Amino acid sequence: MKRVRLSYPYVFVWMPIFIIAPMLFVLYYAFFRDGQFTLEYARSVVAEGTYLGAFWNSLWIALATTAACLLLGYPVAYILSNMKKRTAALISLLFILPMWMNMLLRTLAWKLLLFDGGVFQQVLSFFGAGKVQLLYTPGAVLLATIYDFLPFMILPIYTTLQKLDRSLVEAAHDLGANSVQTFTKVILPQSIPGVISGITMVFVPAMSTFAVSTMLGGKQVILLGEVIEEKFLSGTDSVLGVGSALSLVLIVLVILSMVIMNRIDKDNSASGGTLW
Amino acid sequence: MKRLLSFLKHSYIGLIVLFMYLPIVVMIVMSFTESRTAVQWRGFSFGAYTTLFKDPDVLDALITTLVVAAVSSVVSTLIGTASAIGLHSMKRRPRKVVESFTQLPMVNPDLVTGVSMMLLFAFIGIKQSNGLLRLIIAHTTFNIPYVIFSVLPKLRQSSDSLYEAAMDLGCSPFQALTKVVIPDIMPGIVSGLILAFTLSIDDFAISLFTGGTSMNLSMLIFSKTAKGGVHTKFCALSALMFLVVGVLLLIVNLRSIHQEKVAAEQKKKVMRKA
Repeated sequence: MKRVRLSYPYVFVWMPIFIIAPMLFVLYYAFFRDGQFTLEYARSVVAEGTYLGAFWNSLWIALATTAACLLLGYPVAYILSNMKKRTAALISLLFILPMWMNMLLRTLAWKLLLFDGGVFQQVLSFFGAGKVQLLYTPGAVLLATIYDFLPFMILPIYTTLQKLDRSLVEAAHDLGANSVQTFTKVILPQSIPGVISGITMVFVPAMSTFAVSTMLGGKQVILLGEVIEEKFLSGTDSVLGVGSALSLVLIVLVILSMVIMNRIDKDNSASGGTLW
Repeated sequence: MKRLLSFLKHSYIGLIVLFMYLPIVVMIVMSFTESRTAVQWRGFSFGAYTTLFKDPDVLDALITTLVVAAVSSVVSTLIGTASAIGLHSMKRRPRKVVESFTQLPMVNPDLVTGVSMMLLFAFIGIKQSNGLLRLIIAHTTFNIPYVIFSVLPKLRQSSDSLYEAAMDLGCSPFQALTKVVIPDIMPGIVSGLILAFTLSIDDFAISLFTGGTSMNLSMLIFSKTAKGGVHTKFCALSALMFLVVGVLLLIVNLRSIHQEKVAAEQKKKVMRKA
């Protein structure tokens, strides 16, 4: 028996049926109605106000989240990379755990903090800010997405900074660069692959968020993911087409980010050769 | 000056860690309050936990979650381990193609994986009322990649000549696999199994679209807390889930740190001998 054959049940049965076919179904449902090709769904996605509005909402939330995670996360990664290895490994574990944890529960935790009469409002009124509405605002949604995705920015940057050649930093110092110059001319350029990988790991999932806005946004911010969820769970078949067309927007984003990531990977390790 | 800078750096890290864990801590604290809705603290009580375990919906969802996690983690470990061994002996090009497709469920947003599987189930006619089967298939599918990618590194670390040596010494290929290869990669298989189980009990988005009439714990929490107030029993449930998942993840991560160490030491020994 050749060992290769052990992979056949997966490669020829499970993978085509449960990984590849479902993606093709999204494509099919987005462009076909009762077996007939149609651009109706694609058109309504780009023409109807509700969908466009949801798209822009998702886009600005995702962009703002990415920017905030980068600003907050880069310093964390940088400080960690300068710490003793053992300490850094332990602290980074504190950031790895939330990456894998249920995002729904982590969002629910924010709901408790932001409730009317909850902890945050009490703190704010203690400082004399009066009664500020926190829950069901765009700010609440943004805060929770930043919270949900921050570790996904910290880890890739930390990994690249950790691998950075220390002798380059010493050489820059020896050649008379001050610490600001060393950072902008030596460290920052070398950490760019980590930054880009962090950006895609935050931006793509942030674009597809849905539970966060349902729980914390009320009806204030409708996101793309929420519209898709509603289409698929409303119980009627007729809206699957629009839902699929909307999902396709997300799939295109994923593919784009994979292409970008693969470029960087190739430039860096020459280990490329995957499909995307 | 230097001391001040280092103090600032450490406080910054401290603040971010606080930001990551404060909401979770508040959730756990709130699960012990006496009031029914989790807004303000009103005295200590285990009430939320006792109501939790009397709630038939919660018990149903707990059983669903555990059954799906147990079945999907075992099935995905079997399929994933076999595929990893097969993949490892494949030629480079086909291997890269399969690996790329395997990564799809890992890089796709859960929402996309969820809706695409929902369309598949509708097409092949696994009905909404077959929720348990739908959940098991969906969870197995998103778990297989994690098993494959935790077994593959172990195969790369171990030597192919072990398999050949076993056969030279009279093992059948099957015996060589079960007596030599599999024991050698066992740590990777066990890590994959634990990770698969953890991801399954922790999943929300994919289950929401594939679950149909069956509800797991996350789906139940979402349906009861998305709009309006939050009953403290769901704080208790979330606290327990955080605890279980956190411990399991800690085990997986510590195992991988330990295994890296062992591998590095082995490498050193080999280098010294050479």
